[in-house]
Amino acid sequence: MNISPDQTIFWNWSFITINLTLLTTWAVMLFMVVGAVLITRKLKTTHKISKWQCILEMIVIGINEQIKEVGLEKPSRYIGFIGTLFLFIAVSNFWIVLPFYEPPTGSLSTTVALAIAVFLAVPFFGIQESGFFAYLKTYIKPTFIMLPFNIISEISRTLALAIRLFGNVMSGGMIIAILLSISPLFIPIVMKALGLLTGMVQAYIFSILAAVYIAAAVQESIKKKKLTYKNNPK
Amino acid sequence: MQINWFTVIAQMINFLVLVWLMKKYLYKPILQAVDEREKKIASELKEAKTKMVEAKKEQDEFQQKNEAFDSDKKKMMAKATADAANERQDLLDAAKKEAADVKLKLHAASAELQENLSNEVVQKMQQKVFDITKKVLSEFTSTDVEAQLVEVFIHKIKNISDSDKKQFIDAFHSESSPIVIKTASKLSEKDHKSIKSAIDSVLGDHSKYEFTTDSKMIGGVDLATNGYKLSWSFSAYLNSLEKNMTSIKNEAQQVALI
Repeated sequence: MNISPDQTIFWNWSFITINLTLLTTWAVMLFMVVGAVLITRKLKTTHKISKWQCILEMIVIGINEQIKEVGLEKPSRYIGFIGTLFLFIAVSNFWIVLPFYEPPTGSLSTTVALAIAVFLAVPFFGIQESGFFAYLKTYIKPTFIMLPFNIISEISRTLALAIRLFGNVMSGGMIIAILLSISPLFIPIVMKALGLLTGMVQAYIFSILAAVYIAAAVQESIKKKKLTYKNNPK
Repeated sequence: MQINWFTVIAQMINFLVLVWLMKKYLYKPILQAVDEREKKIASELKEAKTKMVEAKKEQDEFQQKNEAFDSDKKKMMAKATADAANERQDLLDAAKKEAADVKLKLHAASAELQENLSNEVVQKMQQKVFDITKKVLSEFTSTDVEAQLVEVFIHKIKNISDSDKKQFIDAFHSESSPIVIKTASKLSEKDHKSIKSAIDSVLGDHSKYEFTTDSKMIGGVDLATNGYKLSWSFSAYLNSLEKNMTSIKNEAQQVALI
């Protein structure tokens, strides 16, 4: 039994390997991009819109609102990253309803890659918002003694992100595989439904945590700007 | 559980590409469309608000006009009612006046008719009395009443009072009108001459005489010149008789009432 779709290799040359993870990722990407292009090429700004546009608008506006609720005041700046995280994980996990499908999120490589992306995005947005040195200063706050702890916190939370998503998705897949061998009827279907729910929740958790980390990074700058505005409204 | 670092790198690149593609084909157009719709709705709401304000303004204006119209209508109605009442009163007054006039005219006409009738009756009665008297006198005394009347008239002229004589002479001298002598029946030439000589004896010689007859006269002779009139007739006696009779009748009625 393969624990990870990484182990299903289709093509291999030197260190380059085309495995199931990459293939399913490309399939999911293709589905998402083609779907987006097909729906958004006929966007209407009138009161009457198509049901697909309505669904997409609901999803996008929902993500936007969530980002705003986390504390990021300009959600359009972060929706590209956080929204794509959520949609990619959600679509990947949603397809588990298909037979023989193994989600790319069940691969530690994918979750690590996503966690690294978040790990890099946090300083990227932090520096973009507050500037390089101002951002670095946040690591020695409240005192420089906190520097190692802050670095450990950054690394551990990234690791936690990767392991949490991988563990949840992989365990779901494993449970279904084991149950299929024990009792092939009914129980796997229930577990698939449960896996679907878990997958959606994980997508939400992953993206919302990413949003929270980014918000924490840019918060200092937002606080500073608010303080400046309060002292000098002009 | 192994991490394939090539897959990690490839997935990171995949994810970044997906982020870019989704930004371009999903978030940007969708958020743009939503923004545009929001703007459109906001502008429509603004427009609706403006229209509502305008409508309210027009409604107020219309209401004001309506109130003014109602007020004018009431005023005009009150004026028309007052005018109609005045007109009615005027018409009523005019009708009353006209009715009173007609009544007055009717009374006058009736009185005139009654008087005419009465005069006619009186005249006929006087004529009858005169005719009877004339017949009685001629049958019992063989006297010509007409001739006697002329005789009496001539006698009256000759014995005229000084004041009457003066008036007669003044009237005659102020104008050269003829002396008109009117009788009930035609007089003879002899009577003409007698009358002329009697008058001439008062006025002096005068040749202008005009003898006429009037069927309405009942006996007697009338002399008239320039406003002066000397008359003696049988009717005077009868009129006196009538007056006496009326007074006796009234007295009798008063006694009966007591």
